[in-house]
Amino acid sequence: MIEIKDIYKSFGDNEVLKGISGKFEAGVTNLIIGGSGSGKTTLLKCMIGLHQPEKGTVEYDDREFTTMNFEERIQIRKEIGMLFQGSALFDSMTVEENIMFPLNMFTEQSRKEKLERVNFCLERVNLEGKNKLFPAELSGGMKKRVGIARAIAMNPKYLFVDEPNSGLDPKTSIVIDELIKELTEEYNTTTIVVTHDMNSVMGIGDYIIFLHDGKKFWEGSNKEIAHTDVQELNDFVFASRFMKAAKGKF
Amino acid sequence: MNFTNFGRYLLLLKAVFRRPEKFKIYLQAIFKQMDFIGVGSLGLIAIISTFIGAVMTLQIAFQLVSDFIPKTIIGSVNRDSTILELSPTISAIVLAGKIGSAISSEIGTMRVSEQIDALEIMGINSPGYLILPKIIAGITMVPLLVIVSMFLSITGGYLGGTLSGAVTPADYMQGITTDFNPYTITVSLVKAFVFGFIITSVPAYEGFYVKGGALEVAQASTRAVVVSCISILACDYIVTQLLL
Repeated sequence: MIEIKDIYKSFGDNEVLKGISGKFEAGVTNLIIGGSGSGKTTLLKCMIGLHQPEKGTVEYDDREFTTMNFEERIQIRKEIGMLFQGSALFDSMTVEENIMFPLNMFTEQSRKEKLERVNFCLERVNLEGKNKLFPAELSGGMKKRVGIARAIAMNPKYLFVDEPNSGLDPKTSIVIDELIKELTEEYNTTTIVVTHDMNSVMGIGDYIIFLHDGKKFWEGSNKEIAHTDVQELNDFVFASRFMKAAKGKF
Repeated sequence: MNFTNFGRYLLLLKAVFRRPEKFKIYLQAIFKQMDFIGVGSLGLIAIISTFIGAVMTLQIAFQLVSDFIPKTIIGSVNRDSTILELSPTISAIVLAGKIGSAISSEIGTMRVSEQIDALEIMGINSPGYLILPKIIAGITMVPLLVIVSMFLSITGGYLGGTLSGAVTPADYMQGITTDFNPYTITVSLVKAFVFGFIITSVPAYEGFYVKGGALEVAQASTRAVVVSCISILACDYIVTQLLL
C-alpha cells in the first residue's frame, strides 16, 4: 500500500501540486487521471523520488519515503518497477539484456537462472523468442511490453506506469491495460497508472483519483466515474465524441 | 551562472565517485569504454600525430636559416615541442571533439528518453554507472594515446624531414637523442591524465543535465566540446606553470 499525504510541489512560481492526498491499495489497479498539465506526472515523480515535494509525505507500507536518505531510498527502489511513457529501454542493449539488467545489478543468480527469469517475463508479456532484438527493431506496443517485462523482472511490490497507451492503437492499448491488471492481481502489487485515456479508465480503473489544476477533485472507481456531479470531471470524462455519444449507457 | 554550473559539476562528481553497486558490471563498462576511447581513437591520433611531426620538422628547418645553428637542433626542438605540448594538447583537443561529443550526446539522449530516470528508479546510482567508467577509461587511455602520439610525431618528423631533404637522418637522430630530459615525459603524462579527466567528465556533465529534446542534446554536445577545449587549454597553462 502507498499513501500520499498533502503533497505540494512547485516549479518556480508555478504551483503544480496543491495538497494531494490518497491511498493506493495493493492488488487493485489505481489510476491517476487528469488533463494535460493537471500535475499527474509530477505527482508520480514525487512518489518515486524523481522530484522532491516541498511539503507532504509518501509512505510505502508505512515507510516514510520523502525523508529517507540516498541509501534508504535505494532499498525501496529495489521494490519498485516502472513502465515509462516512452518505455525508456536502454538503446544499446538487446531485449534480453534490458530485462536482465536489474537482475545483474542486484542479484547473485547464475546466468542460467537469470535467463530463465528473462524468458519467463517475456512469456508473461507474450514476447517469447524476441530476446536478441534491439529496441530500435521493436514496435511501440512491443517496447511497452518489454518495458513491463523489465519492470516485473525483480518481482516488484510496487508498479508505476506512466501513460501506458500513449502512441498505441486502441487494440494494443487494451492488451497493455489487461496485462497491467493481470499482473497486479496475480502478484498483488500496488499498481499506480497515470493516464488520460478513457478506455483505460473504464477498463481497469479499480480506484481512480482525478486531478485538475494541481488539486484532487474526485476519487472513486470506474463504476462511479460517469455518475458524478463534479463539473471538471464530467468535462474531462465526456470530452471525446465517443464518450459523449455513450453517456447515457453507463 | 558559471559558478552555478561549476558547483553542479562538483556535486555530480561527488555522486560519480559513490561506491559502485556491483564492481563486476562497472569493470565490464570500463573495458568497453577503454576500447571506445583508446582503440577507437588510435587511427585518428596516429594520422594527426604523424603529419604534425612531419610539418613541425619542415617549419623548424624553414626558420633555421643561420649557418651558425646546427641542423641537429631541428630534431631536438621537434622532440621537446612534441612531448611537452603538441602531443598532449593537440591529442586532447582532437579527442574532445571525437569522444566528448559522443559522450555528451549519448548521456543527453539517455536523459531525454528517460533512460536515466529508469536507472534511478531501479535503485542504481546513475552518475556512477554512466560516468565513472568513462572517466576511468579517459584517465588511463588518454595518457597511452599521448605516448603513441609522441612516438609517431617524432617518427613523422624523421620521415618528413629526411624525405624532403630538410635534415639528414643522422642530424635528426642526433638531435632527438641529445640533452633529452626524461622529466618532460612526466609533465606530458600529467597533462594527459588531467585532459583525460576533462574530456570525459565535462561532456558527461553537459549531457547529464540536458532538458528538452533532440535540439537541446545537439546544443549540449557542441557546448561540451567548446567547454572541454577551453578547459584543456586553461589546465595546460596551469599544469605547465606548476611543473616547469
